[in-house]
Amino acid sequence: MMEKMIFGRFIPGDSLVHRLDPRAKILFVFLFIAIVFVANNAITYGLLIGFTLLVVFMSRIRLYFLVNGLKPVMILVIFTFLLHILFTREGAVLLDLGFMSIYEEGLRQGIFIAIRFLVLVFITSILTLTTSPISITDGIEVLLGPFKRLKLPVHELALMMSISLRFIPTLMDETGKILKAQMARGSDIGSGPVKERIKAVVPLLIPLFVSAFKRAEDLATAMEVRGYRGGSGRTRYRQLNWRFKDTASLLVLVALAGTLWYFRS
Amino acid sequence: MNSTILSFEDVTFTYMPEDESVRPAVENLSFSIQDGEWIAIVGHNGSGKSTIAKLMNGLLFPQQGTVRAMGQTMSEESLWDIRSQMGMVFQNPDNQFVGATVQDDVAFALENNGVPHEEMVKRVKESLHQVKMEEYVDHEPHHLSGGQKQRVAIAGALALKPRLLILDEATSMLDPQGRVEVIETIRELREATGLTVISITHDLEEAALADRILVMNAGHKHGEGTPDSVFLEGNELTKLGLDLPFAMRMTHLLREAGLPLTREHMTEDELVDELWTFYSDK
Repeated sequence: MMEKMIFGRFIPGDSLVHRLDPRAKILFVFLFIAIVFVANNAITYGLLIGFTLLVVFMSRIRLYFLVNGLKPVMILVIFTFLLHILFTREGAVLLDLGFMSIYEEGLRQGIFIAIRFLVLVFITSILTLTTSPISITDGIEVLLGPFKRLKLPVHELALMMSISLRFIPTLMDETGKILKAQMARGSDIGSGPVKERIKAVVPLLIPLFVSAFKRAEDLATAMEVRGYRGGSGRTRYRQLNWRFKDTASLLVLVALAGTLWYFRS
Repeated sequence: MNSTILSFEDVTFTYMPEDESVRPAVENLSFSIQDGEWIAIVGHNGSGKSTIAKLMNGLLFPQQGTVRAMGQTMSEESLWDIRSQMGMVFQNPDNQFVGATVQDDVAFALENNGVPHEEMVKRVKESLHQVKMEEYVDHEPHHLSGGQKQRVAIAGALALKPRLLILDEATSMLDPQGRVEVIETIRELREATGLTVISITHDLEEAALADRILVMNAGHKHGEGTPDSVFLEGNELTKLGLDLPFAMRMTHLLREAGLPLTREHMTEDELVDELWTFYSDK
């Protein structure tokens, strides 16, 4: 089940989308989120779908893989679709079931909202699938750079993010070990009433917390010994390169916005 | 060449200064380390050896006495300058890996010290080459073995071109293969660069490779000397809770059983060599 989840996963590759600057990709996603709300009729939503499929195609991530990995989101999409169908009461009646009826406007709204949702989920997934978490962190650090003037601890936030990302697999391993150790002692996490199950998680969490604090302390010592003194006076090993294709990708998005504006009703 | 790189002068440190009844972790300790030496500090748990490591790089300051390193007295002011000239590798390979990938981790100390980007790229490459990890530049820590992670940690220390490398129990959490990898790396480094190494350990086989051994017991210096001379008092070391290298124990047992072995053997190879040539001598 965990293997199928694609939230936050990174698939290494060498497509054009992979090679874009993380800053460009983050800006792209935020702009796209705004642009999606311009669409309001069949043509504009059609254009959005076409554009999304084009991006997916360019990232060389298989559509099947993407759809399969986003199954949990589909439930949410279907749920919002149904809500719109059931509660919008405008336009002609399409279907009268006696106790309730489906209206034309409801169906239209339902489909549009579902498309809007799917398009957003697809594009954001493409961002995380084609950008390594460390690049995303780098990108965010640079993009948030101007906020340093407002005393926002940008460097510290980015470092916290990258360290947490770095320790996720370590702590997952650890959880697995503790789980096995507790199972060997007869603890049963998988069955029983909910109250019992929650209780059974406690002996899993406490050792995990203790070890996480121990690790944090060791890490802090190691960082201090290696000369870490906060963000000032530091140089960066990872350099971001803004190239023409990064500008171009954002221009394409502006063009899309213009087209949508032209065709919207 | 033979200048003192690090020295302890009558150092006393206690974790509980207000409680007189608690024995200080380190008491009236003096020793000095010359440039280019390989020193092993051995001792049982609670002998004060980890405290010594923390005193060496200014994580702790002594209540009495002075710690001098690279010609400067350790103080709040000289601390960062001293640290930039010494590398340190700790026990747990996971808990000292800061970067997301091997190259990021090696670059961490360089970033902290404000090294320019081009220089950084060069040094990261060099130091990974020195520990033979250059194929793993983009690997994430959870895809590396313990020994590989420790070698990356060594590379991270080397990148700063330190004069002194401190290994604080760096091999104690590794499997035998990882231990050999790390010890071999240190040996080759010493041959290539003549780096000063202090290894703090309870593994006497690792200590046997050093030029000089410092034996710690209950916060005091118990003895000091070349591995040969230290290991001569075999039973004394066992009493301090240290395990003699296997070859040495074997030599002792064979002697007790009446085999007239000529000398103490520190490595298995030496012992095997004497054993298989033993009867042909007659």
